[in-house]
Amino acid sequence: METTKTTYILKKNLTDYYYSVVAPHLKKENHKVAELRKTAMEYFVEVGFPHTTMEHWRGTNLQEVYNQNLKIKTEAEVYNKTLSDIFLCEVHGFDTRVISVLNGFFYAPENKQLVTFENGVVAGSLARAQNVFPQLFEKYFGLLTRNYRHAFTALGDALFTDGVFVYVPDNVRVENTFQLIKILNLPQLATNTRNLIILGKNSKLTFLHCDDSINHQSGLSNTVSEFFIGENAELKLYKLQNLNDESALINNTFIKQERNSLLNMNVLSFNGGLIRNEITVNLDGEGASANILGLYLLDKCQHIDNQAYIYHNVPQCQSNELFKGILDDEATGVFNGSIYVARNAQQTKAFQRNNNILMKPTAHIDTMPFLEIYADDVKCSHGATVGQLNTEALFYMRQRGISFDDARLLLLYAFVAEVADKIDIVALRISIEDMIKRRLRGELSICDRCVLHCSQPAKPMEIEIDLSKI
Amino acid sequence: MLLNINNLHVSINEKEIIKGLNFSVNKGEVHAIMGPNGTGKSTLAAAVTGREGYEVTKGEIIYKGQIINDWQPDKRANEGIFLSFQYPIEIPGVNMINFMRTAVNAQREYKGLPAMSASEFLKKTEKEKKLVEINSKLTNRSVNEGFSGGEKKKNEIFQMAMLEPQLAILDETDSGLDIDALKVVAKGVNKLRSKNNAFIIITHYQRLLDYIEPDFVHVMYNGRIVKSGGKGLAHELEEHGYDWIKKQFDD
Amino acid sequence: MSDNNDRNQVINELTTSEYKYGFVSDIETDQAPKGLSEKTIQFISAKKNEPEWLLEFRLKAYRHWLTVKEPDWALLHHPPIDYQDIIYYSAPKAKKKLQNLDEVDPDLIDTFNKLGISLEEQKHLSGIAVDAVIDSVSVKTTFQETLAKHDIIFCSFSDAVKHHPDLVKKYLGKVVPYTDNYFAALNSAVFSDGSFCYIPKGVRCPIELSTYFRINAANTGQFERTLLIACEGSYVSYLEGCTAPMRDKNQLHAAIVEIFTMDNAEVKYSTVQNWYPGNKEGKGGIYNFVTKRGLCKGHHSKISWTQVETGSAITWKYPSCILKGDFSVGEFYSVAVTNNYQQADTGTKMIHLGKNTKSTIISKGISAGKSNNSYRGMVRISKNADNARNFSQCDSLLLGNQCGAHTFPYIKSGNDTAIIEHEATTSKISDDQLFYCQQRCIGKEKAIGLIVNGYAKQVLNKLPMEYAMEARKLLAITLEGSVG
Repeated sequence: METTKTTYILKKNLTDYYYSVVAPHLKKENHKVAELRKTAMEYFVEVGFPHTTMEHWRGTNLQEVYNQNLKIKTEAEVYNKTLSDIFLCEVHGFDTRVISVLNGFFYAPENKQLVTFENGVVAGSLARAQNVFPQLFEKYFGLLTRNYRHAFTALGDALFTDGVFVYVPDNVRVENTFQLIKILNLPQLATNTRNLIILGKNSKLTFLHCDDSINHQSGLSNTVSEFFIGENAELKLYKLQNLNDESALINNTFIKQERNSLLNMNVLSFNGGLIRNEITVNLDGEGASANILGLYLLDKCQHIDNQAYIYHNVPQCQSNELFKGILDDEATGVFNGSIYVARNAQQTKAFQRNNNILMKPTAHIDTMPFLEIYADDVKCSHGATVGQLNTEALFYMRQRGISFDDARLLLLYAFVAEVADKIDIVALRISIEDMIKRRLRGELSICDRCVLHCSQPAKPMEIEIDLSKI
Repeated sequence: MLLNINNLHVSINEKEIIKGLNFSVNKGEVHAIMGPNGTGKSTLAAAVTGREGYEVTKGEIIYKGQIINDWQPDKRANEGIFLSFQYPIEIPGVNMINFMRTAVNAQREYKGLPAMSASEFLKKTEKEKKLVEINSKLTNRSVNEGFSGGEKKKNEIFQMAMLEPQLAILDETDSGLDIDALKVVAKGVNKLRSKNNAFIIITHYQRLLDYIEPDFVHVMYNGRIVKSGGKGLAHELEEHGYDWIKKQFDD
Repeated sequence: MSDNNDRNQVINELTTSEYKYGFVSDIETDQAPKGLSEKTIQFISAKKNEPEWLLEFRLKAYRHWLTVKEPDWALLHHPPIDYQDIIYYSAPKAKKKLQNLDEVDPDLIDTFNKLGISLEEQKHLSGIAVDAVIDSVSVKTTFQETLAKHDIIFCSFSDAVKHHPDLVKKYLGKVVPYTDNYFAALNSAVFSDGSFCYIPKGVRCPIELSTYFRINAANTGQFERTLLIACEGSYVSYLEGCTAPMRDKNQLHAAIVEIFTMDNAEVKYSTVQNWYPGNKEGKGGIYNFVTKRGLCKGHHSKISWTQVETGSAITWKYPSCILKGDFSVGEFYSVAVTNNYQQADTGTKMIHLGKNTKSTIISKGISAGKSNNSYRGMVRISKNADNARNFSQCDSLLLGNQCGAHTFPYIKSGNDTAIIEHEATTSKISDDQLFYCQQRCIGKEKAIGLIVNGYAKQVLNKLPMEYAMEARKLLAITLEGSVG
């Protein structure tokens, strides 16, 4: 495809930014980081931005994003107030350690930029960490990203301003949740951030990654994250996406799992102009298991694109994928799931399902659940459905006196509950269930404060009851 | 008069199924509607309860003095019309108890009553469960999902007890029931019978009528009620089969 | 462990099967020189005494072909095809115009007899009308008179151009335009013969129609073209079979099939594809790049594709339905078996345009040896296709641990009243199933055969009876003689 004028300009701006701002400081960076920046930039210069004639971008057109005359911020925000003044995000009864990234930069007072806790857990700015923990960067940084499929992963590697670094040493089980809150509060900003999260053997971490908007300005947030889950370790990874209708969010998540490790992942997309979640899971140790759930509830002209690549590289691993979505108005969605089972990856179990409900004639979904299998002793299946609410069930409920709106809501909720029910942090699940209900009732949209703690009192929905007593 | 149906014509996909049916029910009465397959019995139930796709092309359905032809199904339900479905649908993910509570409170809201408190609701649930001998917990089950045939029908009667309708239509409630379940269902219905409500029992066989004694028996054929009588008519039908009716009314 | 060895042995035997139709017939042929140019096309057109408009059509297609590239999205790997190293026209030399069977070259009759295809009507048990195509031309169409009684036109494509030019002109390239894809363009430029079939209004074709394709000459490509028109309220069941001799060099087959069904018409199109698959080292075999598509033009019309794919080194084939008429129905039933180094990338497209349209896809892939077998299918529901329904089920069975089975469904829905369901599973024959059979005295090899046949049954049952038996045998042969 020929390059449009705007993509040409954006490409030039990003390239200029690299040579004028990033390149002069490469010497000060960890050599692994610097090397990766260079090769990533070369890749970007060569291939340019993705476009809709590329197989994996057919359903997602970024032209409008390219047209926005996006700028890059070159310096970090000066820390002068706690984040809760800008943005409030908390889940009641849920102890989290909040990490903030504002406009692409780590946002914390100077003495908290990189913290080592008593149990040896390290959390903080990735830019700082690279020179403090060179051996970890040597071993891990860029290991999963460098075979680029497209420019956004490369851009994250080449241009990242900062991001989050978390290291959990062997045998440390972190009880409270790390919550990353990523916000843009400047207009027309393009940010590239880079996260590196390492879990040692027998360790455990819960990581909540929230992408939020606090205004209605456009912007592009591109994030590249690498997660390494050591032997017997367990990662719970939640992604909460609630952005304004003008925003574009691209998340490139790469995960490597060692022997007997466990990944429980939930990707919850409630709002956002354009969201692309690209999830790559490498099952590299026998007995590893990955559960990947997704839920998307979009309306207006919003667009969601979930791409999940699961590589069963060794025998005896298991993966479960379930993505469910409701698209209303003119919302459009893409699901592309690829399960790859390598030769000799025997006794693989891989399941994949994508269910969609279209609410209006103007909504559209493309779903492509792929299986590529080179081993014979496997149990693999996939399924996809597109449909609408069951009219028989609707009538049944109305025959019992339940109004059309309530019946519809109950059925919609039942549809998404299969995903929501599996969130195993109770406080988080309750918050999310509440969000879903309000979302389905059309009440939830981006407001000035965090959606998890919305200032609008929620209308109680008359289906709550203490079930334990029945 | 509770229900009065005048010259009712109903079509599905432009095909006429009910062709000028007249029928009325008073409070305190139990009517049985019998007839061969495909004569429009279930269509009648669907038309009275307002199911989509069942188009009333002519005639009136008058319930408690009002023409309800255009009423939404939930309005009819809230006004006291209950249908025990021939094939209760499974609704995965919708918890049975939440579902029932939503229904009970929707009806109370319609009547201008405050929502039932959790404890009241629990008490009533327990009581009505016993009526139809549902022993399992309903808490962790979705509506009708994984219920056996008998359980599904019992569950319908349980819901009827919970909603206390004025006009209950039982559509082939006896089909697929073994004799024990049939007795349980009949017992439940008999307990709920009063001089303030009425039942329409749609059935193919007279078996159920051995346990729920009807005041009137009607035979439906080819979209009309062609014969009405007392409960003796059911026995006559059992003896002679429907061919006897068919012969009489086929042109 | 011995169990495993046993299994390996069975699978080894399966992978050492022989192709039974690999003989070469010594038939004198009339050929075009190697290579492709406007000259070649003029040569073909002249050979066939074609009207000017058809030559124009060919040249346009050729010029378009020059501008496009071979598609590369399929999961197929082969060395580049040298399109200048192919003979684009080869015909058995006919001594004079044929009036009856006695005049057909006895070598030719012998060839078809060896293939089990009798060109002698009286010997034909089941009453299937056959159009036999060898290399580039149709050599004989049987049961002409029976068909004529019903006003059914069933003849070679060349005859259709001569005798029914208006019909050919009206429908040629209307559902597969030459711009459709690389191989469609190539075929449109050089197609040599094929079958033409026209079922008039209200006629139920009383016998099965069949075309039998045979590539005989070396270095030739086969580019046939089939055009099938079913008028209002008509019905036809159409069968297609194919074989080729064993040759070391790969040979190209790029065909087009176009089907039209009008109001209330129904076409059943069955294929048993048995082109030479290459030897067990992966040498030789047919490259099969085929575009098959039907247009359900009228309301309540129906097109049903059934295919049993056992042959070819490479299969690239997606028989599709465009469901334009309201209430039209599209079906695709497929069994694809690959063994040794065969590669298949096959599936279907169901394009729902009309209201209340319905499609069903049942695909059963069986991979053995070092082969790769992919299902690739698209279901598209357009904005106006209210109440469209699709159900797809794509199962893969793996025999051995050196093969691959892949599933690539593309589902696109732009209508909120549509319901689409897709299911797929991948599995091997379970030890439990095998043991159960063995416990009931059935040997392993036989058990595998039974299970494979059972697995494919849903599709095989869709074939006309004689063909189902044929296909069952073929499955067994492809997976080794004793299976089945």
